[in-house]
Amino acid sequence: MAEVLVYVDHVDGAVRKPTLELLTLARRIGEPVAVHLGAGADEAAKVLGEHGAVKVLTADAAEFADYLVVPKVDALQAAYEAVNPAAVLVPSSAEGKEIAARLALRVGGGLITDAVDLEAGDEGPVATQSVFAASYSTKSRVTKGTPVITVKPNSAAPEAAPAAGTVERLSVTFGELATGTKVVSRTPRESTGRPELTEAAIVVSGGRGVNGAENFPLIEALADSLGGAVGASRAAVDAGWYPHTNQVGQTGKSVSPQLYIAAGISGAIQHRAGMQTSKTIVAINKDEEAPIFELVDYGVVGDLFEVVPQLTDEIKARKG
Amino acid sequence: MSLRIVVCVKYVPDATGDRHFAEDLTVDRDDVDGLLSELDEYAVEQALQIADEADDAEITVLTVGPEDAKDALRKALSMGAHKAVHVEDDDLHGTDVMGTSLVLAKAVEHVGYDLVVCGMASTDGGMGVLPALLAERLGVPQVSLLSQVAVEDGKVTGRRDGDAATEQLEAALPAVVSVTDQSGEARYPSFKGIMAAKKKPVESLDLSDLGIEADEVGLDGAWTTVDSAAERPARTAGTIVKDEGEGGKQLAEFLAGQKFV
Ligand SMILES: Cc1cc2nc3c(=O)[nH]c(=O)nc-3n(C[C@H](O)[C@H](O)[C@H](O)COP(=O)(O)OP(=O)(O)OC[C@H]3O[C@@H](n4cnc5c(N)ncnc54)[C@H](O)[C@@H]3O)c2cc1C
Ligand SMILES: Cc1cc2nc3c(=O)[nH]c(=O)nc-3n(C[C@H](O)[C@H](O)[C@H](O)COP(=O)(O)OP(=O)(O)OC[C@H]3O[C@@H](n4cnc5c(N)ncnc54)[C@H](O)[C@@H]3O)c2cc1C
Repeated sequence: MAEVLVYVDHVDGAVRKPTLELLTLARRIGEPVAVHLGAGADEAAKVLGEHGAVKVLTADAAEFADYLVVPKVDALQAAYEAVNPAAVLVPSSAEGKEIAARLALRVGGGLITDAVDLEAGDEGPVATQSVFAASYSTKSRVTKGTPVITVKPNSAAPEAAPAAGTVERLSVTFGELATGTKVVSRTPRESTGRPELTEAAIVVSGGRGVNGAENFPLIEALADSLGGAVGASRAAVDAGWYPHTNQVGQTGKSVSPQLYIAAGISGAIQHRAGMQTSKTIVAINKDEEAPIFELVDYGVVGDLFEVVPQLTDEIKARKG
Repeated sequence: MSLRIVVCVKYVPDATGDRHFAEDLTVDRDDVDGLLSELDEYAVEQALQIADEADDAEITVLTVGPEDAKDALRKALSMGAHKAVHVEDDDLHGTDVMGTSLVLAKAVEHVGYDLVVCGMASTDGGMGVLPALLAERLGVPQVSLLSQVAVEDGKVTGRRDGDAATEQLEAALPAVVSVTDQSGEARYPSFKGIMAAKKKPVESLDLSDLGIEADEVGLDGAWTTVDSAAERPARTAGTIVKDEGEGGKQLAEFLAGQKFV
């Protein structure tokens, strides 16, 4: 069977969920071969093998951390040349997309970004994209070279499928461009203990209606009662009430959870662009004319300062 | 020596309009008004600020797009860019990202550059990969997704807010940078700027000027194809309740019914 390269997104060997989703999708079109760059390959290989990776190609070098993007492209290209895959799948993070694009250009294969589904087709893999703020769903294919496809988080449920997960070292030579952009310093983001926004099954977001940083704990408490992540509209972020990394929308994170709760958010097109593929959408807004209500499965017209605490208390009570 | 800055700007259908696909599954441009992609205004703004800091700098705005795309160039010129280049050719219709990056790379080389500034993503295709592709094609460093950027002593430095960390980046010129909407509000064109823009030069180029064959771009030259585009069915009207003191409890009941609680 044809081999499919899967680029592994991980934190020191802890494989992130979108990669497990990719392995599941990869098995629809071939045999997954995972590419793990950086530390923790042995730990990762176990998890990758449990999810269907027949092989794990690994490389570790200081260049991956010390320079931007290109060293990883060099390594992925080495894997590509070693395997000659039928397709390459990469998680749709900002960095993932850049890596995928440069690899596609180098190997002469077409690029599809932000796929939300993937199927085998007669003429190669068919990707579903959700475009124009999720108002359209398109099906696309790569017609030249090996398809390079980036897939958004929450596009498939990871399935276990035991496979060998044999670890093989990859030899990588870095090109001239690899050291072009130096990472002078890196400040890791502090963990909040909440799920990763793009991966979370439940997201609770607050907007301008939250009316101040001091009120965001209301949104956090609701998220915590549901085990969800916290999001924010750009209006709330621009006002400095919540970090930009939590922004949901066109220029923030794109989320696709099982449940999305928007509190004090009007539902501007740029916000919708980042959350409209959520399975169930709920809104709390005091303006019954707010466009967000056009999207909801359930909406409460009311003051979030009344509704949200009552909801949180009720959820806690039900969970006992 | 003068700092040559090229800003890539895209002309896109207004996102607040009702966007559709045409019969050949490309973007229907007659349907909705076009404009300068709002995210590219941030690129123009940062270029203007970098130019202000430099002793001597020249900003060229560059677009690849149909006749109307001149509007995007005019807007950038009225913000303060010095001159414009418009790549326009019937054979460009339906070009994918690989073709677009080829045309932009050739055009950037044609203009001459020390620094290329892009937006973080277009507001229509929204792939967010063009700056990386441009850097790959030009063989220069990519310093992308910056929320802060500065140019000094032949180096570009900037701050990238990633998923897991904030990074401080540095590269020697020439380089390709892209800036996010966190980089600083874009200025509005002044009346004076709008009047001045009318007199600024706009150079038109076609594929042959750039030494690109028709079959390298357009729908036929694309490395990808769209097989179908379907409008998502409007979401079925949900339940909407007015809070009369029990709104939170009612919502909890709904969530429990959906097995979220
Ligand atoms: C290029 C570009 C990119 C953008 N990217 C993004 C993006 O990624 N994400 C994003 O979110 N936006 C983005 N925006 C901004 C977007 O256009 C909107 O301005 C923004 O989403 C509005 O945020 P909001 O809904 O919180 O605020 P508003 O539109 O001001 O809405 C606030 C809502 O809160 C309600 N409210 C007020 N008080 C209460 C209360 N006590 N109880 C209940 N409800 C209350 C109001 O009725 C109102 O509906 C972008 C804009 C541009 C131009
Ligand atoms: C809904 C949709 C989905 C698409 N999906 C794909 C796909 O999966 N694969 C594919 O190969 N093509 C795809 N395309 C085509 C692709 O969008 C265009 O080729 C486009 O010109 C480049 O990609 P982008 O607009 O996404 O740019 P991005 O990579 O998002 O743009 C980043 C920056 O590049 C610069 N830039 C981009 N285009 C131009 C331009 N024409 N002139 C000047 N500067 C520019 C701007 O500075 C911009 O801010 C898609 C188009 C649409 C409308």
